[in-house]
Amino acid sequence: MHISPLRVYALVFAALLVGTLTTVAVAFQHLGPFNDIVALTIAVTKMTLVVLFFMHAKYSTRLTKIVVASGFAWLLFLIAFTLSDYLTRGWLGVPGK
Amino acid sequence: MANPQPLLATHFDTLDQQRESASLGMWVFLITEVMFFGGLFTAYIVYRSRLHGLFDYGSHELNVTLGAINTIVLICSSFTMAIAVRASQLGDRRTLVRFLVLTMLLGLTFLGIKAVEYQEKFVHHLVPGPHFQWHGPQPRQIEMFFSLYFAMTGLHALHMIVGVGLILWLLPRSAKGFYGPDYHHPIECFGLYWHFVDIVWIFLFPLLYLLGRSHFVG
Amino acid sequence: MPSTERAVLETEDYINADYNIKSWLLTTDHKRIAVLYLISVTLFFLIGGLFAVLIRLELLTPQGDLMQSDTYNRVFTMHGVTMVFFFLIPSIPTVLGNFLVPMMVGARDLAFPKVNLASWYVFNLAGMFTLYAMFAGGVDTGWTFYTPYSTTYSNTHVVATGLGVFIAGFSSIMTGLNFIVTIHRMRAPGLTWFRLPLFLWAHYATSLVMILGTPVIAITTLLLAVERGFKIGIFDPNLGGDPVLFQHLFWFYSHPAVYIMVLPAMGVISELIAAFARKPVFGYKIVAASSMSIAILGFLVWGHHMFVSGQSVYAATVFSVLSMLVAVPSAVKVFNWTATLYKGSVSFETPMLYALGFIGLFTVGGLTGVMLATLGLDVHVHDTYFVVAHFHYIMVGGTIMAYLGGLHFWWPKMSGRLYPQFWSRLSALIIFVGFNLTFFPQFLLGYMGMPRRYHVYPEEFQVLHVLSSAGASILGVGYILPVFYLTWSMRYGPRASANPWGATGLEWQTSSPPPTHNFLETPVVTTDAYHYSEEVTVG
Repeated sequence: MHISPLRVYALVFAALLVGTLTTVAVAFQHLGPFNDIVALTIAVTKMTLVVLFFMHAKYSTRLTKIVVASGFAWLLFLIAFTLSDYLTRGWLGVPGK
Repeated sequence: MANPQPLLATHFDTLDQQRESASLGMWVFLITEVMFFGGLFTAYIVYRSRLHGLFDYGSHELNVTLGAINTIVLICSSFTMAIAVRASQLGDRRTLVRFLVLTMLLGLTFLGIKAVEYQEKFVHHLVPGPHFQWHGPQPRQIEMFFSLYFAMTGLHALHMIVGVGLILWLLPRSAKGFYGPDYHHPIECFGLYWHFVDIVWIFLFPLLYLLGRSHFVG
Repeated sequence: MPSTERAVLETEDYINADYNIKSWLLTTDHKRIAVLYLISVTLFFLIGGLFAVLIRLELLTPQGDLMQSDTYNRVFTMHGVTMVFFFLIPSIPTVLGNFLVPMMVGARDLAFPKVNLASWYVFNLAGMFTLYAMFAGGVDTGWTFYTPYSTTYSNTHVVATGLGVFIAGFSSIMTGLNFIVTIHRMRAPGLTWFRLPLFLWAHYATSLVMILGTPVIAITTLLLAVERGFKIGIFDPNLGGDPVLFQHLFWFYSHPAVYIMVLPAMGVISELIAAFARKPVFGYKIVAASSMSIAILGFLVWGHHMFVSGQSVYAATVFSVLSMLVAVPSAVKVFNWTATLYKGSVSFETPMLYALGFIGLFTVGGLTGVMLATLGLDVHVHDTYFVVAHFHYIMVGGTIMAYLGGLHFWWPKMSGRLYPQFWSRLSALIIFVGFNLTFFPQFLLGYMGMPRRYHVYPEEFQVLHVLSSAGASILGVGYILPVFYLTWSMRYGPRASANPWGATGLEWQTSSPPPTHNFLETPVVTTDAYHYSEEVTVG
């Protein structure tokens, strides 16, 4: 059982705040397609910090890490394979598909 | 006064096995929640890509300031919850109770701000259904944005309410000193749940409030 | 038997530990919960079976003379919903899994006994929603609830049924979660992963599917209920919504759901083949790996249900290839079971009859599945009786045979009684004959163009339909017989010893029925799962 020093929590907390303020500021800039990419990158980074440090995944068993990774992998399967339909409609030149 | 019940359940062999089982069980439950919200995120992504920029009009109707404040409120609540879990690991009863209460108050603040936002939507006829009104292009598709907005933030808010309820259940036990180095997995598991609900919002905020904002600037 | 003798013979077990109803309804003993589930799933099987009887009666004649189309739509929908969600998905995991998983790992109970009890109550609550919908007039959307018919045009109790499915999902998740934590954290000393019985590998893989898939149907049925109840469009084309998105979300779960239905069955078959050939399962590690592969690959094939829905041809091709890939681990199992029989000491007790039947029927079902995975062929047979026959070969010829085989194998352990072999073997044979007569004609019907979900058909199809209905009546007899002789055995059957079959496995090392805490001392495991080369005798 790992007990984190308060300093770690405070650093993560600060990073999360910085991330929030950054993402709001960047949202109002004209970055074209990069707006979405930056926003999602910041969100994924914040999530990673919460999972690793607040939820102690970094100090947990390998099994816990596999469980966490599987959850996200499966969400990606759902999104990616569903999008594989929508984004490829009309690719093969078959009418109506 | 410590926990009057025996700490070790009869079907487990050691306290460690019990704690690790509880933790694994909670993580497995959380990935079911990931997939549960995941269906909504999938719908959002599919429709966003199909409706080519119409969602930005919907985004624009949301109050970024309130959304950002709520994001910060939840991040603070995650911080206080992490401290509470740490306190339970150390058997620090006073800190545990204080930070559970703080977490709960922050959660209630979030819900209060959310209620204000929902009320604004109601007043502006942006709640999907028979009373929806949109005086711009493609109202029926904008209604889709709001259907997803209410579905996603509503489901999230429901989870917050359950979270607050669970804190109310844990508080008297914490005050009585039930939780310490040998037995604190209820707090630890609840912490995992609370952080998960925070993570959902970490994604909801940019997806609903921030994408497409730059189109409406100068 | 004089009462004094009986008092001496009766030791305390999980059944006689306490006799009042409260001790059963508030139990946390996984074995009692398994029995509670046995009662629930049997009830739902009978209800689903009654709907099947109505279907086959109606289809005896080409006209719609027994019922109107509206009614027929409700009948086949309720048959599907009841059988899929309230019998096939729960049966093996909640009856055999709940009973055996803790025993096979050498534990005193599952990781979360109260969650286990709660799952049974949640299951019955879900059943009540569905039963209410049934009595109030039923649902006519098909068990697949496709939009926009289900959201906008159907005048039936879609919300109640959808909520029933939603709630049943939670029961499934609770069971899967319990199994995963138990198998990871509560194995007895010496019980390494590769010493686990294949029944456990199968249930572990099933649990992964339950955990990762069920939440998606939960959100889908919830959205369905919200759309219908509050007129908020998510799948409504008028609002920019897409009915095909409903199908993507629905099948993301419902395809892996068929693996929830078949993986536990395969786990049972591994145990039965090993026990009645008195040999370790050939290629143990490969069979274990095949369960895991099916669970994982099974999530990547759902688009094969949507080949004619308007899905992009590119995506359809990818799904078609992946669907063929997922057949490989299933075939591997069939090869390995067959290899296990080779040079084994084979005997034909009732459970073995079911296992052998499973291998044949599952192979037919699996091969026709590969045919359906073939994009071009599926375009012709989609929504025909070919598909109906395919999935009944797997679900009934596969899962139900395995469920009955497992029930007959572990019945002495669960009840402490033996049943008459003559009647049980006869039932197995009746079921095999009845099943094939019912469903093989349906392949022919479908290939010739008989659509599914129709009750009016061209005259030239009548002969095959009559054969099918005749088969169904034989099948029905086969299913009713065990109800009688198994119930009879509980009172009049000879008492079973700890290991009447001479099988390996920790569950056979304790009394029949087992004591409440399963083992007097935590077992220590030193051998592989199917250690038949050493002396394993009836005892």
